[in-house]
Amino acid sequence: MNEQEKPDKARRNLIVATSAVGGVAALGAAVPFVASMWPSERARAAGAPVEVDISRMAPGELAVVEWRGKPVWVIRRTQEMLASLKTVESRLSDPNSKASEQPKYAENEYRSAKPEFMVMEGVCTHLGCSPQMKPADAKAEMGSDWAGGFYCPCHGSKFDLAGRVFRGAPAPLNLIVPPYEFVSDGTLVIGEDKEKKGA
Amino acid sequence: MAAQLRALWGWFDARMPSVAEQWKIHAAAYYAPKNFNFWYFFGSLAMLVLGIQIVSGIFLTMNYKPDAALAFGSVEYIMRDVPGGWLLRYIHSTGASAFFIVVYLHMFRGLLYGSYKQPRELVWIFGVLIYLTLMGEAFFGYLLPWGQMSYWGAQVIVNLFGTVPVIGPDLALWIRGDYVVSDATLNRFFALHVIAFPLVLLGLVVAHILALHDVGSNNPDGVEIKKVKGPDGHPLDGIPFHPYYTVKDIMGAVLFLAVFCFILFFVPEVGGYFLEYNNFIPADPLKTPPHIAPVWYFTPYYSILRAVPPLFHSQFPGVLAMGIATLILFFLPWLDRSPVKSIRYRGTLYKSALAMFVVVFLVLGYLGTEPTTVWGQFGFDAFFLDTKDVATWVARVCTVLYFAFFFLMPWYTARDEVKPVPERVTA
Repeated sequence: MNEQEKPDKARRNLIVATSAVGGVAALGAAVPFVASMWPSERARAAGAPVEVDISRMAPGELAVVEWRGKPVWVIRRTQEMLASLKTVESRLSDPNSKASEQPKYAENEYRSAKPEFMVMEGVCTHLGCSPQMKPADAKAEMGSDWAGGFYCPCHGSKFDLAGRVFRGAPAPLNLIVPPYEFVSDGTLVIGEDKEKKGA
Repeated sequence: MAAQLRALWGWFDARMPSVAEQWKIHAAAYYAPKNFNFWYFFGSLAMLVLGIQIVSGIFLTMNYKPDAALAFGSVEYIMRDVPGGWLLRYIHSTGASAFFIVVYLHMFRGLLYGSYKQPRELVWIFGVLIYLTLMGEAFFGYLLPWGQMSYWGAQVIVNLFGTVPVIGPDLALWIRGDYVVSDATLNRFFALHVIAFPLVLLGLVVAHILALHDVGSNNPDGVEIKKVKGPDGHPLDGIPFHPYYTVKDIMGAVLFLAVFCFILFFVPEVGGYFLEYNNFIPADPLKTPPHIAPVWYFTPYYSILRAVPPLFHSQFPGVLAMGIATLILFFLPWLDRSPVKSIRYRGTLYKSALAMFVVVFLVLGYLGTEPTTVWGQFGFDAFFLDTKDVATWVARVCTVLYFAFFFLMPWYTARDEVKPVPERVTA
């Protein structure tokens, strides 16, 4: 090896140090680009609670309300609908909603503050599609043991009338119950409750 | 005139000789095996479609508006009011499906003739990267018309990332740029679709071709033509790419364009397979269409996703299975332990495995376009039947077979009874 090919140790170290500093600078420069893809201040500010008039809902009716860009369902359940919750229990993957998300006041057998009114996000816990209501008489399509509930068209998950998921479906958890509150007999507010004002 | 043109070329060549040099390396003096068959059209056709997509895409952006309030209307405006706009749009939508048809056939050619095997592993890896980039490109593009399928397809695919343990929810939020798929999502998908991914795609295509031309093309016999060279130093079984294969590929392009134009002018939607009917309805964040399915080229993976049941209250296993189903392709060169490349000299084991794989891939693809109830339900009950939908169970069996093709490959390719490979190409 002649004199010229021999690496000069000091120069080599300088090259390594310069490259390392340059690399850190390049990474630092990438931060604002990556950060620009987070939700903007405007997107963060959106999401106020919404009021729903439930006084004119017929028994068995489903109302869809938009809250934070998502569909929220309000269902006025009949006695038969409430009774069906018991009969399907053995086929559910989380019948007591232990692993699922709901406010304290919905941690009961009906998953609601008032058994008659079911409030839940109409967003499948699998990959976010909005399931469709299939009444109890849709047995031809949903199978002979169908007692009414919801069917997700995207990946075939099935839920009962309290949003609890049936086993064998890709959805892992029951539908989410958002915070809500009855401000009067006929008015429901979605997105806030006594515990979390403006949640 | 001819003399003047020659003088002009001489002037140019004296100043930039690398143009002529590259032409020689990649065309006039690139020796390709003389026994290429039908399956060898699809590489050049993929480049043709890439060109078609870039040109039609540029003209579509002149009238398209990447705004949630305006996007759907601007596409309809292109279809109805822009002169020839309908043609540009159908060229682009047909081109998207054509791209995947051509790429799937091109990849299948690799499986048939062992084109991924040593020394072409890098060619294959760049190819798989192209395939994955193309999937991303197609996905971003599909959101742009802002129809029902655009919206809910994006919702599902972005949520796939949301299932990743720990970082998932934040990752999905970062991809969307909002808490739901919204204007912010549309705007960034537009940016990724029209500039970021096409640039990556072009770079990968260059890498794919450079890697190929360094090692030389494989052929239907899987024989290395560089082993037997003539006195001129060129492979005896090779012919210059130009003019022999440029002319052959032009014929392929003509046949391809004939089919392409037929679809374009007579059946641009192809019965809902190339353009889904629900996508002619504007996006509605509150209502998922009654039956949603991705465009046909994603359906095999979609079937796998749907077939895997959740474990420990997490849907991640299905997403993981789908991810592995695509990423496993990278490892193909090392999973295949056969001493021969081409199907012509392989034994029954590989031939049956490949045949099974094709059937399984097509069945998964078909099932992915249909609801899980398409084949009805089992008429009996059993403790292991978590769902009675027949199609879900068929998809599960197919998913297992899909992975068996890859994971058992080191075993069955090593034990396969292969035939002797000739010294020279046969046809």
